[in-house]
Amino acid sequence: MNLNFTAEEEAFRLEVRSFIADNLPADMRSVAEKGQRFDKDHFVRWHKILYGRGWGAPAWPVEYGGAGWTPTQKYIFEDEMGMSGAPAPPTFGTGMVAPVIIAYGSEAQRERFLPPILRGDVWWCQGYSEPDSGSDLASLKTKAVREGDEYAVTGQKCWTTYAHWADWMFCLVRTREGGKPQEGISFLLIDMTSPGVTVRPVIINDLSHYVNDIFLEGVRVPAANLVGEEGMGWTYAKFLLGNERVGIARVGQTKRRVARLKEIAREEMSGGRPLIEDPLFRRRLAELEVRLMALECTAFRLLAEEHAGRPVGPAASLLKIKGSELAQAVTELTVESVGYYALPFVEDALHFGADQPPVGPDYATDAMPHFLYTRATTIYGGTNEIQRNILAKAVLEL
Amino acid sequence: MDFEFSEEQRLLRESVAQFVAQDYPFSRRRELAASEEGFGRDVWARFADLGWLALPFPEEAGGFGATPVETMILMEAIGRGLMVEPFLSTVVLGGGSLRLGGSPSQRAEALPPLIEGKILLAFAFAEPQSRFHLADVETRAERNGAGHRLTGRKIVVLHGGTADKLVVSARTGGSARDEAGISLFLIDRASPGVELRAYPTIDGLRAAEITLEGVEAGPESLLGELGGALPLIEAVVDNGIAAVCAEALGAMEVLYETTLEYLRTRRQFGRPIGSFQVLQHRMVDMYMELEQARSMTYMVTLRLEDPDPAERRRAASAAKVQIGESGRFVGRQAVQLHGGMGMVDEHLVSHYFKRLTVIDTQFGNVDHHLERMAAL
Repeated sequence: MNLNFTAEEEAFRLEVRSFIADNLPADMRSVAEKGQRFDKDHFVRWHKILYGRGWGAPAWPVEYGGAGWTPTQKYIFEDEMGMSGAPAPPTFGTGMVAPVIIAYGSEAQRERFLPPILRGDVWWCQGYSEPDSGSDLASLKTKAVREGDEYAVTGQKCWTTYAHWADWMFCLVRTREGGKPQEGISFLLIDMTSPGVTVRPVIINDLSHYVNDIFLEGVRVPAANLVGEEGMGWTYAKFLLGNERVGIARVGQTKRRVARLKEIAREEMSGGRPLIEDPLFRRRLAELEVRLMALECTAFRLLAEEHAGRPVGPAASLLKIKGSELAQAVTELTVESVGYYALPFVEDALHFGADQPPVGPDYATDAMPHFLYTRATTIYGGTNEIQRNILAKAVLEL
Repeated sequence: MDFEFSEEQRLLRESVAQFVAQDYPFSRRRELAASEEGFGRDVWARFADLGWLALPFPEEAGGFGATPVETMILMEAIGRGLMVEPFLSTVVLGGGSLRLGGSPSQRAEALPPLIEGKILLAFAFAEPQSRFHLADVETRAERNGAGHRLTGRKIVVLHGGTADKLVVSARTGGSARDEAGISLFLIDRASPGVELRAYPTIDGLRAAEITLEGVEAGPESLLGELGGALPLIEAVVDNGIAAVCAEALGAMEVLYETTLEYLRTRRQFGRPIGSFQVLQHRMVDMYMELEQARSMTYMVTLRLEDPDPAERRRAASAAKVQIGESGRFVGRQAVQLHGGMGMVDEHLVSHYFKRLTVIDTQFGNVDHHLERMAAL
């Protein structure tokens, strides 16, 4: 037993850390410092910088442009990225549609779709949830009717993150009625510029625009955009879930947030002393740090499993549950740490290049918005209630 | 022991509930919050007409001499309707400062126009370094003839931007954080030397940063005892605490009712999601938090005029802790149980949740009040 990274792994960590430090552009550094929101431009530019280093999609097989890293190197990379605050591009392209295309798509699809994803030229979104199909995703109703060498797709998708920036959508659609619902679902790739595709913004509680409703009205999709076989869409979606790795715990991001919280507590005053000296605050902080250590150590154990060739599987649910609850707890203490300055909401100040200065210190600006947004982490990707069901069934076999 | 409302209190309760149900649907709340001032002057005029602004004030000033229970009834309705009008800042805090610490002539001058809805007040006590400590006052009040000159900064002043008059705590003696040496002043917002930046708060209300540069405060502006205003400030804040407890209770009720309805009607996996035991238990937990919050709101309301300030302070801190914890639980679980819908701006859940989150901070959060109780 051994809790240390190898010398090579430590050297790799330093390599990643210095690359980020040397190459993260000043404007993005500023956005991260101030807790502002990244634009699409920031995400794309940073992706291209990583791509230039050969790190556009490090988890892919080497033959498609992956970096050939071990599970631990992938973990270290995500950890460093999380800690740096750099604009991590959403995983829909590199982390979701690409593995499905690689595993189940045709050679033509791999040639067509993979390189632009790798380069950061094409942006993807995920068309899964529907108004009546949230936790019960298999009940989805968006229909794809085969007509000659096309599908006619009609339905509605919701909670589609960044659909307003997306060029393409990978979509779970129903190609067959009757029988077991899961067996009638197919995995279809849809060009977002197709006639009949309408994207409608959905503003969330921090007044940001990430998610959208998508209306599909008789959208014609070439049959060549079906991945794999009809009726296999659910299997491919489950493959993605099974593919979920240790990074889902988001340990790096949480470490960064805890470090920021400590900085805030050194600046904030309470009773004439910095808040960080308040015993009750220190105790709350210590509790969070214990939870973070436990999360990270569990992540390491699962990483060791991955190294041994045993996939993470349903244990990913534990990481998702504990990771999201901890992320929320950190945002809660952060809101508390800035006192009354958690209340002002100058939306403009959350954007890079804002005209209006924030009210109160810079570090207080994103405390409340981040707290509000983070309520979603126990809901998206399968609610924590569903995740507990998965653990009960698949691990405890109850 | 009696927890029944009197006949008049029942009538008041019905009357406010009717106002909220008929004249203040959520769509109206949204419009008013987005308006330039952040609330409705016409709504405020209705409050005045209905006598609600007069409730806690003495009859000599044109008030109804009502008890804290009446204020609780009104604040609960304000919480149910998530109303954005400046009742807390004008009637409870500003008006409370006059009621509890003003001289007869100060009350005679300021209370009638307040009751008529003609002037608004804001209570400016928090400072950049003070966190939740009421005695941490660095704003200085320097002797200037018979009066004083005020210099300093006040932060996140609720409804400061639309106030006609400000109640400001400032130090006339002692050093930072001394309990002695604090005074309270009633000044015009338009006084020379008052700089103000108004802004929205995350819960749809408004607040302001206020800078005072040598603001003249004549002798008639001193409220209460020179250098001895801390007990008055604490009493006003405890009144504020009781009020936001009631407001939070109203907000929690709406979230509880809305979530219960959602669990009954939302179907997944072929059945209402409320049929799943995990969610049933969660809903029961929400119910229990709501009832405990109600109990503690009644408790602090009934102890608010306790002749022993230590008893009143203890009641207020305990209630604030309860409301903080219940508000967090009910708010967060309402969001969680609504799934994605709990996250969207278009649905009322996120707005009630945000108000509860802000109330948790107002006048000190759970940790602050636990420390305060531990020290009492």
